[in-house]
Amino acid sequence: MGLLALFRSKPSTASIAKERLRIIVAQERSTRGAPDYLPLLRRELLQVIHKYVNVDPEAVQVHLDREEGHEVLELSVALPDKRGG
Amino acid sequence: MSEIIVVTSGKGGVGKTTTSASLGCGLARRGKRVALIDFDIGLRNLDLIMGCERRVVYDFVNVINRDCTLKQALIRDKRLEGLHVLAASQTRDKDALTEDGVQRVLDELAGEGFDYIICDSPAGIEKGAHLAMYFADRAVVVVNPEVSSVRDSDRILGLLASKTRRAANGNGGVKEHLLLTRYNPRRVASGEMMSVNDVKEILGLDVIGVVPESTDVLAASNSGVPVILNEASDAADAYEDAVGRLLGEQLPLRFLEERKRGFLARMFGG
Repeated sequence: MGLLALFRSKPSTASIAKERLRIIVAQERSTRGAPDYLPLLRRELLQVIHKYVNVDPEAVQVHLDREEGHEVLELSVALPDKRGG
Repeated sequence: MSEIIVVTSGKGGVGKTTTSASLGCGLARRGKRVALIDFDIGLRNLDLIMGCERRVVYDFVNVINRDCTLKQALIRDKRLEGLHVLAASQTRDKDALTEDGVQRVLDELAGEGFDYIICDSPAGIEKGAHLAMYFADRAVVVVNPEVSSVRDSDRILGLLASKTRRAANGNGGVKEHLLLTRYNPRRVASGEMMSVNDVKEILGLDVIGVVPESTDVLAASNSGVPVILNEASDAADAYEDAVGRLLGEQLPLRFLEERKRGFLARMFGG
């Protein structure tokens, strides 16, 4: 099996599993501990913005970044293209 | 001073109850006073694995509701001195467990001089699982080398770090250990199964035990004798090592490689 593995081009399913887990675990850890109110905050912000500008629901992004000692709540709104009306 | 250990995993069917029973027996065999508590309200099973299902008169919820005393509900193990089981209730009432009630029972067990209180958590992240881990000093996270189990374990690690009494009090948090079960060295060697090191690397925790996949585990639950008590089993030796490591012994991991089988054994599939 050892020698055969050298000639095999396909990665083993175990290494695929490891790689997939590495990515999803890192992603889930980065959002872990984020306050529960973020989705609600995003929705309400969207409603307020919607009163003035006709934005796409996907255009409002709310991110909470943790840096040493402090947290940054980042809000980004992509405004619609003017020509598109 | 008693130590509260939660045996948890997130995912079901990975071997939490088997592990709780074997760790409890192993600690008791070393002369410790041990209480095993089944937190899986509505789905009582630890009693079966311990082989004391016909001796359950009162359960955990009865003690919380003061229908009986703690002493009346504790089932004394007939094999090992100092080992006791507190069975889960079969009630369907989800709110049967309360934080205050659980705390009172744990405090009372500590007052009775138990060295270790092992909380066998239900699967999932609902109330039973939350309360099983809430008061813990240490956690044994049982994981199979398989994607969903590893991911769920990581979720549990997140909860241990945030939703426990130790996390809330800021006094060092819960000490966490990994225990791999259903480990198949042959499949690891052929690249079909993640290795101990793979799992360790992904979750970033120390490994307190690796229990090889073994037919002895099913035989043990069939007969109600925890697998650690089987004298001729690799799984038993692996659990015994885990107990030693839990007590601070430095032991190398065993059973990580396929056992060399003789010609005859291979011929006859022994």
